[in-house]
Amino acid sequence: MSNQHQWPAWEVFTQKTDGEAHEHAGNVHAPDAEMALLNARDVYGRRQEAVNIWVVPSSAITASTPDDVGPFFDPANDKMYRWPNYFKTPDGIKQI
Amino acid sequence: MNQQIIQEDDIRREEEFNARIAAGKTIEPKDWMPERYRRQLLRMMSQHAHSEVVGMLPEGNWLTRAPSLMRKAVLLAKIQDEAGHGLYIYSGAETLGTDRSEMIDQLLSGKAKYSSIFNYPTLNWADMGAIGWLVDGAAIVNQTVLAKCSYGPYARAMVRICKEENFHNKQGYQIMAVLMRGTKAQQEMAQDAMNRWWWPSLMMFGPPDKDSPNSGDLMRWKVKLQSNDDLRQRFIDRTVPQAEAIGLRIPDDKLKWNPQTRHYEFGEINWEEFNNVIRGNGPCNKLRLKQRRDAHAEGNWVREAAAAYAAKHARA
Repeated sequence: MSNQHQWPAWEVFTQKTDGEAHEHAGNVHAPDAEMALLNARDVYGRRQEAVNIWVVPSSAITASTPDDVGPFFDPANDKMYRWPNYFKTPDGIKQI
Repeated sequence: MNQQIIQEDDIRREEEFNARIAAGKTIEPKDWMPERYRRQLLRMMSQHAHSEVVGMLPEGNWLTRAPSLMRKAVLLAKIQDEAGHGLYIYSGAETLGTDRSEMIDQLLSGKAKYSSIFNYPTLNWADMGAIGWLVDGAAIVNQTVLAKCSYGPYARAMVRICKEENFHNKQGYQIMAVLMRGTKAQQEMAQDAMNRWWWPSLMMFGPPDKDSPNSGDLMRWKVKLQSNDDLRQRFIDRTVPQAEAIGLRIPDDKLKWNPQTRHYEFGEINWEEFNNVIRGNGPCNKLRLKQRRDAHAEGNWVREAAAAYAAKHARA
C-alpha cells in the first residue's frame, strides 16, 4: 500500500520571535530540504509559532547517551566555584 | 554471554527503570525500557495517531457543505490540525523503533485499530458541532492527563495537541450554541446530533476499569495516570452543565447530580455496541478504511513527484 521507501526524517528548530534562539520543535519526513522546510512550516508553524525555521537531517545529529550520563557530565560536578554564590563576600559590602 | 548473567542484567535494569518511573522521571527514546513498555506504548501511540488521521474523514464529509465560507475555513483549519496531530504522534511513536510507513501500512491493511468513534456517520451539520464539542472534548480530558505520562515524546506531543484541541472544542460548542438559538428545526437538528454522539463519546474512554485488560501495567508505568472510569466521570461532570447552558438534553434518563459525591450519576453504557464497533461491525468501519486507502492511493502521484524532484536535484 504505502509500500514505498520512507522519506528521511529532519529535525525542526523554530525561532519564536526575532532575536531569540532556535528551539527544537519536533521532526518531519521529507524527500529533500526544501520540502522539509515546507512541511515544517505546516506542521510546526500553523499558529505563527515561528519567524524562522531550521531543518537538519536527523541522521546528522550526534547525541550523548543516557547510559553515560554520570561519567560524561562528571567534569562539571566538582567545580562549584563556577557559580558566583560559591564565594563569600565580606560583611558590609552592599554590591559586587 | 551466559544466559543467567543476561537475565540478571535485565532484572537489574528493570528495577532501575521502575525506580525512575516511581521517582516521576521521564523516559526518553534512548533509555533502556522493558520490552512490554515499548510494545504497549507503540500500540497506544500508533492507535492514537491513526485515530487523528481517520478522524479527518467524518468531518471532511462536511467541508463542501458547511453553511458559510467562514465555517468552511474554520472546519478546514480544524481538520488540518488533526493531520498535524497525527504527525506529532507518529513522530513520537517512531522513537520506539517502528517506521511511520510501517504504521501506516498497518492502518491501511486493516490490522491496526483506531478510535471506534470515527466509525459513526456524520449525518447533518450539527454533527460537526457534536464532534468538536463532545468528541474533541473527551479527547482533551484524556490527553490532558497523557501530557504528564512517563514517555517524553508522547507527553510532549500531547502538550502541543492540547493547546490546539481547545480551539476544536470551542468551535464545536459554538456550532451547537448557534443552532440552539435558531429555529425549532435547527434546535431539533442539534438535539439529534447530541442523542447520537453522547454515548459513543462516553465509550471513547474505553471499557470500565474492571474489564480493561491493559490498564494495570499502563498505570504502574505511569503511561496512564487516571483510570478509564475516572476520566469518563470527569468528562461527564464538565460537559453536562455545558449542555444545560444552551438547552440541550442529555439522552440519559438516569443522569442525576449527586450532591454527596459531587459527581453526576449516569446510566448503563451499551458495551455490546462498543465491542461490536471495535470488531469491525460499526456503521462506517468499511467506508472509513476505503476512504483512507483511496486518499492514500490518490496522493501517490504527489509523493512520487516529490521523490523524483529530490532525486533529480541530488544528482545535480
